[in-house]
Amino acid sequence: MSGNSKIKNRLHVFLIELGDLSFFTSRFFKEVFKHPFEFKELFRQCYNMGNRSLLLVGITCFIIGLVLDLQTRPTLMEFGAVSWMPSMVSISIVREIGPIITALVCAGRIGSGIGAELGSMRVTEQIDAMEVSGTNPFKYLVVTRVLAVTLMLPLLVIIGDAISLFGSFLVENLKGNVSFTLYFNQVFDSIEFGDIIPATIKSFFFGLAIGIVGCYKGYYCTKGTEGVGKAANSAVVVSSLLLFIIDFIAVFVTDIFYDL
Amino acid sequence: MKDNKNISNPEIVLQIMDLHKSFGDNHVLNGFNMKLYKGENLVIMGKSGSGKSVMIKCLVGLMQADSGLISVMGKDITTLTQEALDILRADIGFLFQGSALYDSMTVRENLEFPLRRHSKKKHKDSNTEALVLEALTNVGLAHAIDLMPSELSGGMKRRVALARTLILQPKIILYDEPTSGLDPITAKEIIILMQDVQKKYNTSSLIITHDVDCARVISDRMLLLIDGIDYAVGTYTALSTSEDPKIKAFFKH
Repeated sequence: MSGNSKIKNRLHVFLIELGDLSFFTSRFFKEVFKHPFEFKELFRQCYNMGNRSLLLVGITCFIIGLVLDLQTRPTLMEFGAVSWMPSMVSISIVREIGPIITALVCAGRIGSGIGAELGSMRVTEQIDAMEVSGTNPFKYLVVTRVLAVTLMLPLLVIIGDAISLFGSFLVENLKGNVSFTLYFNQVFDSIEFGDIIPATIKSFFFGLAIGIVGCYKGYYCTKGTEGVGKAANSAVVVSSLLLFIIDFIAVFVTDIFYDL
Repeated sequence: MKDNKNISNPEIVLQIMDLHKSFGDNHVLNGFNMKLYKGENLVIMGKSGSGKSVMIKCLVGLMQADSGLISVMGKDITTLTQEALDILRADIGFLFQGSALYDSMTVRENLEFPLRRHSKKKHKDSNTEALVLEALTNVGLAHAIDLMPSELSGGMKRRVALARTLILQPKIILYDEPTSGLDPITAKEIIILMQDVQKKYNTSSLIITHDVDCARVISDRMLLLIDGIDYAVGTYTALSTSEDPKIKAFFKH
């Protein structure tokens, strides 16, 4: 096969995949408002995804807060602007670092989990068994998982932001003797609704992307156990890439609103 | 040879006419036909990759046939809406080859799952707990009600899957290789269980198997699926004594 036809072939496969993913997403939006509502399964998934990701998100964000402060401190000291540290750290964490880091951690933790779980259910015919029993597996498995990750991610981002800021405070307290009240007074003076609202809105979209991609890869998994591994892997790769695209669009749109 | 009294009943519960299904250039089913009568055990045998599983998946709407008619209790499933198909599926039990138990649920939850959708229509006066216990007692596994599928042996999984199939009291049961992967003793137990179920609930059964012993014990009629068509249909005795080399190949030990 020549290089040209290889590229054509890959493009063809990519476009088909994109079409299927779009169809899958539109099916999600159709099914989400239809009866019956699987509340019990939704709460179970929210607990699984939210509670079980909390430790990982917490540790990651705590370290990010510590590192961000430690790395930035010398530069700000050079300019005599170390008192701006709480403002700088809080704005960068709330606007960007908190949401994207939490989303990337969740893409690894939740996205791969969904891909592997649904993939394994597909290859062991559990999804077929649900369908044969007259239950809508898309509604029971996909809608609940996508909703759960969409709802839980913004909560995890808020908790992650708070833990990051606490990490940064610890460094400031140890190195600059800054008190808890002073640090967080400066933090809340710097953060505006214009920082929190766009970050929260984009977190919903991050969750939606992780859920949709993870479910799509798992739901249409083929080729046995090898396929399950691929589904889990590609769920992480594709959703991580999508997160950056969504982030870029979100920043771009927010910027337009700031200019108005 | 078993008593074939049920075959005299002419009511057809399941019929396939001129079924075609291809995957690219691979023509799996080339005009397959079959009929299943009420109360009958029909065994379908064929080589691996001959399209038995594809056929059975087309039967329950898990796979779309390219052309042909599939009639289940007088309803053409290819023209049914999703809602109507889901209602019809309550009358069709499907025992999957690998049991297909939901591995994140306990045995109890596995059995309760089909009832969530159909309990109001099928079991107005019964409570879920009693139905689950009855189904598990029928397969001799009432003690395993709170175990997870990962804690069960292969034979136990197959029994639980059969109990899950029975909980909606289907009129037709489709068995996809019910004894595959089991040791001969457990396989025999499953066959006896299938016979008990047939007697107790007067179900019609379509059994896909490679197991000649299973076919001999359980079949009222047999159908050989060769080259994508219903190559031969008849009783076990008639087919096992056939001189046709393609048929003979199935009965060589």
